[in-house]
Amino acid sequence: MDFSFDFSKKQLEFIEDVLTEELLSIGVQLVVLIDLAGNVIVNLDNGRCHHDVYSLAALAAANFGAVSAMANIIGEEEFSLLFHKGETDSIHFSKIGDNMLLLTIFGKDVSLGFLRLKDHEVNERIQSLLEK
Amino acid sequence: MALINPKKREVQVKIVYYGPGRGGKTTNLEYVNEKFRSRIHSEMVTVKTYDDRTLFFDFLPFDIGMVKGYTIKVQFYTVPGQVKYNATRKLVLRGVDGIVFVADSMTLRQDMNIQSLANLKENLAAFHKNIEEIPLVFQYNKRDLEKEGIPILPVDVLEKDLNAQLKAPSYTASAISGDNVVVTMKRIISMTVMSLREKLELEGSV
Repeated sequence: MDFSFDFSKKQLEFIEDVLTEELLSIGVQLVVLIDLAGNVIVNLDNGRCHHDVYSLAALAAANFGAVSAMANIIGEEEFSLLFHKGETDSIHFSKIGDNMLLLTIFGKDVSLGFLRLKDHEVNERIQSLLEK
Repeated sequence: MALINPKKREVQVKIVYYGPGRGGKTTNLEYVNEKFRSRIHSEMVTVKTYDDRTLFFDFLPFDIGMVKGYTIKVQFYTVPGQVKYNATRKLVLRGVDGIVFVADSMTLRQDMNIQSLANLKENLAAFHKNIEEIPLVFQYNKRDLEKEGIPILPVDVLEKDLNAQLKAPSYTASAISGDNVVVTMKRIISMTVMSLREKLELEGSV
């Protein structure tokens, strides 16, 4: 089944506030909320990060789709958390609701455990917004 | 579906180049990337296999300016044409707004074109989309091969095979030389944006 999102300006502002409070405040460099078609819903950075967000979003959605297909082969519905570790920067993906992904790019100064905790809070806050 | 951001007044539109393997989908995007380099702000992303075939997709973002006060960001994708990569094709079609079907004009590829179009219908149906309702343009590619003595299908045969019922706009083209590549692209953009106009008008009034 395909999906479509219609966010209001107010909802987008709320999401930006949540991402700023929960993730940028702990030192995350870039945070991007995307849909599974690879569209960018919200992107925020710390002002020193200049990645190509639209290409990242397209690849992240595809990557998530490929990993979900692998999950199905081994009898899992999906792997809701993905993490790619780099020499200095890493990418963390988590699924929000049924059709969104949150991408977080962060350096060595941010602990993965803390980031996951914060991601969980973001997930709950965005989900509750969507349920309203 | 296109993603409309009322805060940034931006619309992201997904256009997918579909068709049989080695038909010229990637070549179309490479030509657009080259031709409009000054207006494209990022590199074309391409995920290929060892032998230079498209494994996952090619991706090219392209800003086309403003419509009804919204910046339109077109995201071009290609799918891998090889039959075995259907799972990937399906993934790329998720959220599609417009399709260019790149058919291979070579006579020996006639069946591959028909199979690929049937596969497109099937994959769209999996997302509850109807090929008759989505903006669609046919491109009959590789017309230049005729000059080299390679047998190619007459346009009326391609039309009969692929477009008899759909009656979508169609163009002959040579992606390698760029012939009609831009015309095809402009047509699908205009059809896709037109299909979103109503939605944009509604958004604009909120």
